[in-house]
Amino acid sequence: MNLIKILNLSKSYYSINEETKAINNITFDIDNNFTGIIGPSGCGKSSILNIISNQDKDYEGKIIKKENLKIGYMLQEDALFPWLNIYENSILGLKISKSLNDDNIKYVVHLLKKYGLYEFKDKYPNELSGGMKQRVALIRTLAIKPDILLLDEPFSALDYQTRLKVCDDVYKIIKEENKAVVIVTHDVSEAISFCDKVIVLTKRPASIKNIYNINYINKNTPTQNRKTIEFQKYFDLIWSDIEK
Amino acid sequence: MTYKKYISKIKKNKIIIHLSQIAIFILFITIWQILANKNYINTFITSSPKNILITILNLYRQNNLLFHIWITIKEVLISFIITSFLSIFIATILYNYKILYKILDPYITLFNSLPKVALGPIIIIWIGANIKSIITISVLISIIVSIQTIYNGFENTDPLKIKLLKTFNANKKDILFNCVIPSNKSVILSTLKINISMCLIGVITGEFLTSKAGIGYLILYGSQVFNLNLVMSGIILLMIISYVMYNIILYISKR
Ligand SMILES: Nc1ncnc2c1ncn2[C@@H]1O[C@H](COP(=O)(O)OP(=O)(O)O)[C@@H](O)[C@H]1O
Ligand SMILES: [Mg+2]
Repeated sequence: MNLIKILNLSKSYYSINEETKAINNITFDIDNNFTGIIGPSGCGKSSILNIISNQDKDYEGKIIKKENLKIGYMLQEDALFPWLNIYENSILGLKISKSLNDDNIKYVVHLLKKYGLYEFKDKYPNELSGGMKQRVALIRTLAIKPDILLLDEPFSALDYQTRLKVCDDVYKIIKEENKAVVIVTHDVSEAISFCDKVIVLTKRPASIKNIYNINYINKNTPTQNRKTIEFQKYFDLIWSDIEK
Repeated sequence: MTYKKYISKIKKNKIIIHLSQIAIFILFITIWQILANKNYINTFITSSPKNILITILNLYRQNNLLFHIWITIKEVLISFIITSFLSIFIATILYNYKILYKILDPYITLFNSLPKVALGPIIIIWIGANIKSIITISVLISIIVSIQTIYNGFENTDPLKIKLLKTFNANKKDILFNCVIPSNKSVILSTLKINISMCLIGVITGEFLTSKAGIGYLILYGSQVFNLNLVMSGIILLMIISYVMYNIILYISKR
């Protein structure tokens, strides 16, 4: 069952002097699993997420969503508010979307406890490490109980070591909470280790170069997947595709 | 250098600075008084610390000094409150309706470059020779810069934070109260600090144009009857008032 169907999607940005075509006739399905979108920087990946999440309503083509599909969107940077403490940051989405009730607050507290942030609930973002801040941002998104999460280069602000660890963390949390994911990245290995399906885009204007289904015999966390033979195989395959 | 030494050095520095500040004040007053006593300067036009003190005491005993101080402070506080509320309100409207800002921009610039005191006579004719005119002049003098500073702060709000709120379907009001205003808290507080000084300038300007009481009135009256003791006393009182009010705002804004 598809959660979202994207049909013949195109998008242009306009300025007084020129038209910038960012997306060129893209069609693909998003299923109830992990979808990765990779492509060179500036090719139109964020534009696709903005459209799927309804931030941007100015496009051509069709987006068909499963009825009552709730979408959570996690931006490229954690964007925590420095004047709010960790707890207040976590419930910000609930507050804004006017769904701050006892049940939802309980769920946030549960998430904070489960993912090791509850003891930091009265601290402020500048007192936390990069990885912890990313987890808070994820909980803030999970708090509204979305069916699907859109992640826009969620780890790009982190150094390599932290990145691998946080990637595993986020993977486990999302699996545990049983959500579908669309993750955008320009890191091929990240996409292969994280996703069930990888969509490779051309450079701007983005069109689809190829779609790969990723299968591991023993599917595990991203860092474990990286050590398998299949990973190497997919990596070579996609890499040669990009090089073409 | 040990930590102890470092701390004691900082303390020592602080003491030196404070002592020097007091020394400069005492030196200034003493030299002024000595020059006056020895008739090196003409106290008729320069006054002297002793004369100023006597004048202030006389004002207090015979001329209702506290009343004059109160009038000036009242005018400053009223125009400060009006300026601060109005400028936050107007900046908010302009921020939410950018098209309005773009339309009004040249007029705001034009009005900003106009010396507001030139409007004094018109305001007095329209509103009357009373405290309302003084407050109006004071508000006009301080409000434009206040609006522009707050508006610019609003405009520089981190777009990422606004985008984040939009991912939760925030409306304009949500964005304003949850992001734009809190992230501009320090801009607003520093504007308030500037406003208190600007309003004092505005009030004294207004009192020079039309007044029956207040420190500006005392200074103006003193100059008309060529009583420089009174003029100097007025200026000293103004310094004290402005220093005290600024520090009150500073204290409030730090909490
Ligand atoms: N708001 C905008 N106005 C004009 N051009 C834009 C805007 N947003 C993105 N673009 C342009 O569209 C292209 C795709 O941008 P984006 O989707 O952010 O790429 P990616 O996320 O893949 O790096 C880029 O060339 C960018 O300059
Ligand atoms: Mg992007």
